[in-house]
Amino acid sequence: MFIIKCPYCGERDHSEFSYGGEAHINRPKKPTELTDDQWAEYLFMRKNIKGIHYERWNHSHGCRRWFNMARDTSNDKIHSVYKIGEKPPV
Amino acid sequence: MAGLKLPLESKPLQALVSEPIKPIIDTVVMSNAVHAYVSQSDKGELVIGAGTDSYVSYTQKGTHEIIEGTIKAVLELYPIFSRLKMLRQWGGIVDICPDASPIISKTSIKGLYFNCGWGTGGFKATPGSGHLFAYTIAKDEPHALNAPFNINRFVSGDLVDEHGAAAVAH
Repeated sequence: MFIIKCPYCGERDHSEFSYGGEAHINRPKKPTELTDDQWAEYLFMRKNIKGIHYERWNHSHGCRRWFNMARDTSNDKIHSVYKIGEKPPV
Repeated sequence: MAGLKLPLESKPLQALVSEPIKPIIDTVVMSNAVHAYVSQSDKGELVIGAGTDSYVSYTQKGTHEIIEGTIKAVLELYPIFSRLKMLRQWGGIVDICPDASPIISKTSIKGLYFNCGWGTGGFKATPGSGHLFAYTIAKDEPHALNAPFNINRFVSGDLVDEHGAAAVAH
């Protein structure tokens, strides 16, 4: 269990939020030109990293807005929260 | 190292054990309707299987809301358990495929085979999958039973949708 600081509402228990998977995966610009391998890469292949993971969250029981978060998956410590469209912190 | 990507994500899966009580369940009870999973050990403890957290984590703990949901479901089936105390709880990391089915497969790399991605399943399937995996390695081709669980299904689109089939949270 951890506390997430929603960029719009402030600190809330993480049970108010929904996980939206790995962040910064862009939908292909020309989907009709993709090979099956490229589709598989886009749909299914994830970093699954042990360490700092950039991911999307939705404040589903609050403001219902999406944002991004950098969390260390080895200890669930949240390093930063940033808005959609912003560059991930280094 | 082999340059091969796997469509796996790692998530904490929890289980709980209660204080011991007199024999009351003589089999594993599972309900897909409320997603309860409970059996009783020879020592009398109830062994309760919970679900996974939704997010990637290697912390080997898991969140309280998952336990809450699991206990709620067990109490739907067995209201008499409501005053039982839980003795311990733990979390293990499971590797799970996007379709919640395992990969038991040869790969594009000669001599490299995978039996992985079991997610929340696996324990009862261990002997069977071992036989099929041995067959696959010995013959360098899958047995008819594990052919659908090939690694190429994420490219071909022939997923084995256990999420849909089991109708429970994986």
